[in-house]
Amino acid sequence: MHAACGPMEARTAIAALGLAAALAAGAALAEAALEPLPASAATFTPQYPLWSDGATKRRWISLPEGAAIDGSRPAAWEFPVGTKLRKEFSVGARRVETRTIEHLADGSWQFRAYVWNDAQDAATLAPAAGTIVTLADGTRYRIPSQDDCRACHEGGAAPVLGFNALQLSPDRDPLAPHAEPPRPGDLDLRALAASGKLAAFPRELIETPPRIVAPTPAGRAALGYLHANCGHCHADPKFTNGAVPVELQLAIDPTDPRSAEGVLQTLLTSESRYRPAGAADARLIVPGNAQAGTLPARMRSRDPRIQMPPLGTAKPDLTAIALIARWIHEDLKTPEETSP
Amino acid sequence: MTSVRLIAAALALVPTLAVSDEAQIVRGQYLVTIAGCNDCHTPMVAGENGPERDMTRMLSGHPEQLVMPPLAVRPDSPWETVTSTTFTAWSGPWGVSFTANLTPDPDTGLGRWTLKNFKDTIRTGRHLGRGREILPPMPIPMYRHFTDEDLEAIFAYLQSIPAVKNRVPEPLPPPAALAAQ
Repeated sequence: MHAACGPMEARTAIAALGLAAALAAGAALAEAALEPLPASAATFTPQYPLWSDGATKRRWISLPEGAAIDGSRPAAWEFPVGTKLRKEFSVGARRVETRTIEHLADGSWQFRAYVWNDAQDAATLAPAAGTIVTLADGTRYRIPSQDDCRACHEGGAAPVLGFNALQLSPDRDPLAPHAEPPRPGDLDLRALAASGKLAAFPRELIETPPRIVAPTPAGRAALGYLHANCGHCHADPKFTNGAVPVELQLAIDPTDPRSAEGVLQTLLTSESRYRPAGAADARLIVPGNAQAGTLPARMRSRDPRIQMPPLGTAKPDLTAIALIARWIHEDLKTPEETSP
Repeated sequence: MTSVRLIAAALALVPTLAVSDEAQIVRGQYLVTIAGCNDCHTPMVAGENGPERDMTRMLSGHPEQLVMPPLAVRPDSPWETVTSTTFTAWSGPWGVSFTANLTPDPDTGLGRWTLKNFKDTIRTGRHLGRGREILPPMPIPMYRHFTDEDLEAIFAYLQSIPAVKNRVPEPLPPPAALAAQ
């Protein structure tokens, strides 16, 4: 058949192939560009933000028309297909990346990162394996891989981490490290419930919004910080089989007033599976001694073999380290004091 | 009558499931063998005919009693990677890695892991799929292509072998990072 083609047919075929390639390239470019925000998108500001090396963040959620979040399990909301979230990261005045999450029709979740250009007028899809952006001051900023996104988002009770009952509670923690005040128009728990977009959520938790019950204000903030930065992996296995199989549980159940006490107990009584070389003692925290224990040590480290959290940060969070140290040193009783 | 048939059908399934589980474990053993897992995860000892695997510690990783001396690789040396006589400690530009205990011991091995933890580890190259990166010489770039069925069989086999209590040490940083500490 090819032998029967004349020069004109060949040129037509080549032109058609070129057009197809151009269309495919155009489609790929369109696929790679960050879409405009849906008109229905609402902003929100979690009370316990994730530490991201000091980057400032803005967040949006868009829920599909006519659908609502199933809040019947208050600690593990189920989001309808079509839910979209995005989080924009800026360093100084520069927008660096926007991460998106979408609940797809097949039930799976899609995680992507888009990198903003120097002109700050467009963002394009980052490689699935992640990439490095060099900022104006020479800082190397790591865009996460899609595996890294899943590492955090698929470990916890729900793949959406910053939009839940505790994070949206209007009873906000004034000592939460790096907390930003809510912006005008932000969705919080009550506004979400009033919008009809949260179904089957216990009314009593709307009337008395979730709050971490801790003996001291510093304890409340410390447990909130650990919940937001660590609780998605150190989660209760009853909510997820993606949780790490260790005794240390740092996720707070907003429906259980004793949840914080349970978290504290795992901190005081569990042994770390991580053992520094030569260390016989594997206590996570030592009441009264903020320098001891593997938890503060791993928070201080940014050696990738040691650091906690293990990804998403290359700088230790000095504010949170100081808070945790103060809490351990001043608020937690020594073992002798807790003995009956 | 229908109930009798249902019960009979259910009873007929029981041995089928058992055989299926056994077949999965056998396939897992086959995959573990040909993928060379024992090469690094079962310590090597001196035998009568030369080095051989210590199958009494099968797949239990680097022996915790074997404390390795300081790093063997010099910056000016053309040699880049060296291993211990056990084949369970590996020194290279990444530091020193110690092979993991893959037996089902709950405190020091995979006894508390779920199948998802195991799959996530191999697929992402991160400990438990969420923690630190798995270090060389673990061939994650190749192993991440195991099918779900393969990984399920491997995990079933690893959960069926004798548990060995052996707390493998944490990896050591490379010389430059060590000097900076």
